[in-house]
Amino acid sequence: MAIFILKRIGLALITLWILSVIVFLAGQVLPGDPGRFVLGPLAAPSAVHALDHTFGTDRSVPTQYWSWISHFVQGDMGKSYTYQSAVAPIVIKALGYSLKLALFVFVIVVPLGIAGGVWAALAAGKPRDRIISVIGASSTVIPELVSGIILIVVFGIALNVLPISATAPPGAGLPTQLYHLILPAIPLVLILFGYIMQMARAGTIEALNSDYARTAILKGLPRRTVIWRHILRNSLLPTITVVATQVGYLIGGLVIVETLFHYQGVGSLIVTAATGRDFPMLEAGILVIGVVFMVATLVADILYSLLNPRIRYQAAE
Amino acid sequence: MSIDTIPIESTAAIRTGQHELRRELLHELLRSEAFLAGAAILLFWILAAVLGQALVPQDPYAQNLGIINQAPSGAHWFGTDQLGRDMFSRVIVGARDILIVAPLATLIGTVLGTALGLVMGFLRGPTDDILSRFVEAFLALPVVIIGILGVTALGPSKGTLIAVIGVIFAPLIARTVRTAVLLERELDYVPAARLRGEGSLYIMFVEILPNVLPPVVVEFTVRLGYAVFAIVTLTFLGFGIGPPSPNWGLDIFTNYGVVSAGYWWEVLFDALAIATLVIGVNLVANSIQQAIEQ
Repeated sequence: MAIFILKRIGLALITLWILSVIVFLAGQVLPGDPGRFVLGPLAAPSAVHALDHTFGTDRSVPTQYWSWISHFVQGDMGKSYTYQSAVAPIVIKALGYSLKLALFVFVIVVPLGIAGGVWAALAAGKPRDRIISVIGASSTVIPELVSGIILIVVFGIALNVLPISATAPPGAGLPTQLYHLILPAIPLVLILFGYIMQMARAGTIEALNSDYARTAILKGLPRRTVIWRHILRNSLLPTITVVATQVGYLIGGLVIVETLFHYQGVGSLIVTAATGRDFPMLEAGILVIGVVFMVATLVADILYSLLNPRIRYQAAE
Repeated sequence: MSIDTIPIESTAAIRTGQHELRRELLHELLRSEAFLAGAAILLFWILAAVLGQALVPQDPYAQNLGIINQAPSGAHWFGTDQLGRDMFSRVIVGARDILIVAPLATLIGTVLGTALGLVMGFLRGPTDDILSRFVEAFLALPVVIIGILGVTALGPSKGTLIAVIGVIFAPLIARTVRTAVLLERELDYVPAARLRGEGSLYIMFVEILPNVLPPVVVEFTVRLGYAVFAIVTLTFLGFGIGPPSPNWGLDIFTNYGVVSAGYWWEVLFDALAIATLVIGVNLVANSIQQAIEQ
């Protein structure tokens, strides 16, 4: 088991390293001269050189990469071109906002998706199953941009019952903060509901058709006991993996939702940084997202293997 | 894996077999209501993209500052925008950019991804290990974020958008193709081709490729939906096709600021247009997937 976990961590670190190289090359090598960009086309070449020297972008590419990444792993993510201050506190604050929204979404969608999937599977093929399946399949394909705008127009403008800005007034308590997050959370909940529901449904149907479920029923156990003790445990396994892989999707969705609802999370931070060509900020935001995603995947893999001994033994071989 | 189990059939017979299979597939699709509905939606938007300019009641570019921000009416079915341009005409003509960029980007992604997947699945070993790490590094980031990074690095244009989305899709498609190739390469026809003295490239692209085409076709149609999604999103965030081109994502981007003033029609119809196109592509993709799996 320890070897399995170590191997996974090693692979994740290699992947992160490659990611950092890709992000660095795209952020610092391709776009050209940052000093020229900050100062504009009319600035004197000497001023541009001086600024490039301050940024450190006049050094060779490997030197720049090494200096960037060695500081990065120590928590020093560089200095923002736009704010002229350290990137790390800004990124961490934004990440906190995003995590709050993401957590809110998961708290709503995970129980809802699992309950929907299990409830549909228990009536597989009947109208109830078909209705839930159609809702799940259609809610997944509508882009967040579209559902977000429809929600804003209907609930924010026409009915005027929910705030269309995700940011609560300063000093507001948690209930008010969550009240402001209701509308932004729904587009993400809609998309994730379909995925989680479908996995939970498929897992439950498979468990229902298994030999052990049949044995438990033939043994005379009450239906309730069979479902709670035998079926749920096995049907939830694939669902855990889906929830974790959706962390990556969720971050992508956050970019749109945070922009649409004016929320200061890491998604809108990346958009602002890219628009202002603030490359240290952009690179830090993207790499932090990569780390979050890798950690989530790693946790899912380990959880899955702890719950499912078959995987564990395979890995040990 | 003995040689004598290889079925000896003339290539002509195999070709007729494939031909019949394809006809059966088409028959299956034409009986599917979901496919017909999806195809009808797609056809509508393709017509709008090709003929749009000639069909619409007004010039989608014509500004008229006397009639800005007007609500939907008989004269302007979807209202007018901040520059007094007719929203209905802009929504119809807005299909063009997306229907050029999305298929091209998906095609590039499919070709690159299939080639990558073939190489990874066929060669296995260190090549596969190294390429797999790159694929995973790409997959560790949401499509939208790689898109933002790519467009920022290369500068916004239709060409950049096509290239960036194509490159993002390649690893996704490569992963699917790789899995299919890993199964195919164990079948008898691969060692048979080896014994005939064929090279690796020939086996990959002439022998294995036709047999992994069904999942490739499914990937292409599914990715097409995601491409629409990605283009619209990137354009909305300001990393897509620039003004004045009528384009759903861009119109939402420019008019979004006035929604809170109550001018909902300037974004809602664009959003609904996106929804119908995405649903149409998905209906077609799902029907093709189901027909192939049967």
